This record gives sequence, structure tokens and C-alpha cells, in this order.
Amino acid sequence: MEKLITHIQPPGRFSLGLRELWQYRELFYFFTWRDIKVKYKQTYLGILWAIIQPLGMMLLFTLLFSRTLKIDTAPVSYPIFVLSGLILWNLFSASISHAGDSMIQNAHIIKKIYFPRLIIPGSAVLLALFDFLIGLLIFLVFCVLYRQSLQWYSVFYFSAGIVIVTLAGFGTGTFLAALNVKYRDFRYMIPFLLQLLFFSSQIIYPLTAVSNDWLKYLLALNPVNSAIDLFRVSFTNAEPDTAVFLIGLVSTSVVFWGGLYYFKKTETFIADLV
Amino acid sequence: MDAAIEIRNLSKVYRLRKTESYISLRDIITQSARNLFKKSKKPEYFFSLKDINFAVMAGERIGIVGHNGAGKSTLLKIISRITPPTSGEALVRGRIGSLLEVGTGFHPELTGRENIYLNGSILGLKKSEINRQLDAIIDFSGIEKFIDTPLKHYSSGMQLRIAFSVAAHLEPEILLIDEVLAVGDMEFQKKCMGKMEEVSKNHGRTILFVSHNLSAVKQLCTRGLLLENGENKLFGDIDTVLQTYRNSYLRKTSRTGVAHYDLGQHPNKIKPGNGLLTAQLLVNNEPAETFIPGSDFKVRAGYYLESPLIDPEAGIVIKDEQYNPIIGLNNKHLGIKLDLKVNEPGQVTISIPAFNIYMPGKYYVDLYLGDQVHYFECLYDAFSFDVLPHDVFHSGEELRPEWNRIFIKNMDIYS
Repeated sequence: MEKLITHIQPPGRFSLGLRELWQYRELFYFFTWRDIKVKYKQTYLGILWAIIQPLGMMLLFTLLFSRTLKIDTAPVSYPIFVLSGLILWNLFSASISHAGDSMIQNAHIIKKIYFPRLIIPGSAVLLALFDFLIGLLIFLVFCVLYRQSLQWYSVFYFSAGIVIVTLAGFGTGTFLAALNVKYRDFRYMIPFLLQLLFFSSQIIYPLTAVSNDWLKYLLALNPVNSAIDLFRVSFTNAEPDTAVFLIGLVSTSVVFWGGLYYFKKTETFIADLV
Repeated sequence: MDAAIEIRNLSKVYRLRKTESYISLRDIITQSARNLFKKSKKPEYFFSLKDINFAVMAGERIGIVGHNGAGKSTLLKIISRITPPTSGEALVRGRIGSLLEVGTGFHPELTGRENIYLNGSILGLKKSEINRQLDAIIDFSGIEKFIDTPLKHYSSGMQLRIAFSVAAHLEPEILLIDEVLAVGDMEFQKKCMGKMEEVSKNHGRTILFVSHNLSAVKQLCTRGLLLENGENKLFGDIDTVLQTYRNSYLRKTSRTGVAHYDLGQHPNKIKPGNGLLTAQLLVNNEPAETFIPGSDFKVRAGYYLESPLIDPEAGIVIKDEQYNPIIGLNNKHLGIKLDLKVNEPGQVTISIPAFNIYMPGKYYVDLYLGDQVHYFECLYDAFSFDVLPHDVFHSGEELRPEWNRIFIKNMDIYS
């Protein structure tokens, strides 16, 4: 058997360490497995919460906005419209809040054992994806209930939206996770930031309702907007707004690479800080 | 053959911060505002490790000793890659298993079995390896009955057993151990020690062992590294290293009178001002540093407790120069319940009337006090005393020390 040789040196060049992440894939699995298990073991209703939460929000928004404010989302019925936005939003916000807090939550392990630190926010995002899959199932059930037709190419658009949201959530989450270790202030900023992002996402209103172009492009910086756009293409039959999509794509890659870069840069010192 | 671990010019510098370990944005802002007007003060640095060099051959077992803050744990942390060095390098050949603390990553909501998987994979075991070893791990822990109960219902002792069992079944080529044997009941400690010895001797595993328990170090290790203020003071044969360390060690327990020792600065002290604070050796009720075989032996330990202990135990271990224990027991072994004072100084006396230790030489005394829950401290080598040769039977014939470790006063041979 070939012997593993580890060369320990002061931190130097930036590297993603993908090969090492692959070596530690089982730990990745176990952390995610732990998070899912613990999350639903502690509650009485367990996994039902992943269903209740988006449904409750959908009900609330439908009553509030479709009945009273009469937001027009034709040809899509409002519940389907809002649910499609909500499940993507939940994926994004859960990724950020779980990942953002994850390094502090796991400080006791980080201080004791070495493994690629990226696993920790990474598995937090996987937990959010797990919840999302349940949300997606509910969404599909509702599509059937509301006789919402879906096209075969929906799969493509759905996946594109999911990938964008996951990458953006991962980037923001890892960035905040590293910042959180250094400056605890960010722990209190996350809920505030999420609220801001929520209202700037086209969840309860369509982005087409924003008449000012510049405001629309500003809102498009929020990656969730272009992801929701793609997601809804399959049932609004409208062409996705190319400008919005491109802005979203650029901001997603900036957030993803920026977050990853900052995290990898601080990662080596995290054990000294937590 | 290549060395398993090579350490070259390794240093680790920490920046001294007066406040908490993490920083708040406010601090940064106020600090930079202040620096606008003032020349910034140079930050203070502190060498946790300073230019360390050594090499460990595969299969060697190294005991790392030194006072608190000497850099022992930092060294292990660098080798296990938890924290990076500031300069220098280390080469490690083989898979590292780090036991800086057992039970890392245990989650109270998960069952014992689930925690074995989680903890095992955190410690670097593959799932297939855990599957293969699961029965052995559960068996070794001795709590098969509760293995599918959530960990939160376990006692701390049971949690520890699970943790040790996983740790004992790791199969890395290089094992780093930091003080794991300081906790747990004696019997289980012994079991773990045995397992580690078996593993290291039979499988040729390389071990770095940091501990204050010198007898455990002596038992397990072949070579030693003595660190002092971050520097490599001595690297060599285990007996020499332990002897050098012990000499510097005993100097630290200051003598505050005849055979009266101040334990407040002891390296194993958990909380300053709490627990065992002083010790006095009385021989035939007189303070003394030497012991004449057959005299009454008493240790009077002064303590102070800030909070009460539940069913406390106070005990003693007396060891000879080779760290072989001669006596090791506490009040529970004698069936005695102790009633200790809280928030006022108190004394515990351990009395061995007509102590029939015979072999002349130096003896070392460990003292411990606490319960297994709130506070437990074991002060290794709290003090030492000499046993002098003595004509115990008044026959004029000297007993041969190598044949007589103890003597029996009323022994008789007749025809």
C-alpha cells in the first residue's frame, strides 16, 4: 500500500483542494446525515415541518396578496406562482442561515480534528437541498391539483434555477460562515440580510410588475430573481428576460467564487479563532 | 527507512490579544479610529513553539511532556493539521489519527450506534471500516444494552466508554493522543491502556502521547520529548527525559516548611484556588521528608472547595522510582464517606499506620480529590519522599532491597 505523505507548511498558495474533498466524501455524507437526522428528530412533527412551513406561507400570501391586493399573475394561478417562488427562496435562505452559522455550531469539532473545512458549510447547504426536495414534491402535487400543465423542457429550466440558487446560497453562506468566525456581528446581520433579500425577490410579485427598468436591473442582482424567472418559464410560457438572467448569472458567479475564495483564505486560521 | 514524522525548524507564533478570542466589528472600528491619532502600538507576539526539530521513526512511541503552556498541545495540533505553523515544516508519512479529545462530534440526540458512525468518520474511519469493527467497538464499550438509546440519556461515564471504544479501534499508522487517559474510571483506563499497548506494540504503530500522567507515559513510550516554553529542551530516551522533567517539576512545587508543599502551582491544577492546595507529610506525627520503614505515614492535604462535590473521593497513589504503584486507593475503597467543607478551608488526612514499605529509594505521591461529575483533579507527583534503609527486625542483618519491597513486622520462622 502506498503511504500517504502529508507535507505541513505555513499557508501558501490558494487552492480549492477538490481532491482532498473527494477523499473526505464520506465525512460529507455523515455530516449531512447528522444534520437531517437531528433536525427532524428533535421536533414532534418531524419531517412534516418541511411540508407545513411552505404551505402555511403560501396560504398566507395567497389570502393577503391575491385576494386583497389583487396582484395579477395570469395565466398562472397565484398559489402556484407564490409556491414556486417560495420553495426556491427557502432553499436560498436556508442555505445562507445554516451555512452562515455552521462554523460556530461546529467549533468544538473544528478545534479538535482536521478535515477540509468546506465540508461544514457544504453539508449545511445539502441539508437545505434536502428540505427543498420535499418542497419541490409538494409543488408538483399542487401543480396537479391546480391543473397546471408542465412541459417536458420544464426539467431543464427547473434544474437551471435550482443550480443558480444553490451556488448563490453556498457562496453567500460560506462567506458569512468565515466572516462569522472573525466578527460575531454578522451573526445578527444574517436575519436582517435575509429579510432584505426576501422582499427584493420576485416571490410574492412578478418582476415584470416593476416598471422602472433600472430598479428591475438592480433587483436582478439578487440571484434568486433570475432563478425564479427560469423556474417559472415552464408555466408562464413567457420568454425569460435576458438582461435579468445575465445580471443574475454574473452576480451568482461573483458571489459563489468570492465566498469560496474568502472562506479558503481564512480557513486555515479558523481553529485559532473559534 | 524513512522517518514517520519529521519536524524541521517548526515555530508557531500567536498574537496576544487582551480581549476575547474573536473580534467584534466595533473593536476594529474604534481601534482604527484611535490609530488615526495615535501611533499604533506594536502588537505583542508570543512563541508557542520555537524552532522545534526532531524525527520520529515508524513504530516509535514518543511521550511529550512539559509544563502547562510549554507548547505540547500546539505541537500536536500542527501535526494533526488543525492549525498551521508560522514557519518551518513537518513531514508526516502515514495516516494520522488524532485523539486530541475523545468523543469529538458526539451528538446527544443520536443513538450510541449512530454516534459511533459519526464519531468514527470524524476520526477518519471509512464507513466500511466502521461496519467491520462495529461489533468489536460495541463489545469493548460494554454497553450493548443501551446502544440504540439516544446519547442524552447516557451518564457521562457511559458516553466516555463509547468514545474510548471508537478511539481504541482506530487503525491509523500514526496516533496522536492528548491526555485522554486523565478521565474515566480506573478499570476502564487500564483496559484502554492495554489496548493501546497491544495496538502499538503488535502493529508497529507510531504514537505521540501528551500526558501529565508520567506513569502512563513511561509504560507506553520508548522515547520522550521535553518541551519548555516552546523549545525543545530534550529529546531522547524516555527515562532520561522523565527524570529531567521530574526534577524541574518538583522544583515547581515549592516547599513552604518542613515537608509542607504548596500545590497551588501544580501543572495539573484545573482551577486555581480550588481543590487540593497544600500537602504535608507526617511521619510518626512529625513533619518529615524521609520515611523510616514501619513508621506511621500520614498525608494531610489542605483543600478549598467553591462548590460541593457529590459523594467525593480523596485518594493517593504512591509510586516507586520506576513508576510502579505501591499503593493506590481512596476513601471509597475503604468504605468511608467523606464530608467536605465548602467555601472554607478544610483538611483531608490519609493515614497509613505502621506502613511496611521497605525498599529504600525515592517515592512519588499522586493525590486526587473530586467526584466524577463536577470537579476532579489528580495531581501527579504532588511531592516525593525518601525511604531510608533500616534494620527493621533489629537483627543487625540488612535485608536485601531487591528481594524485599515490603516487610511484615511480626513475621516468624520457627521449627
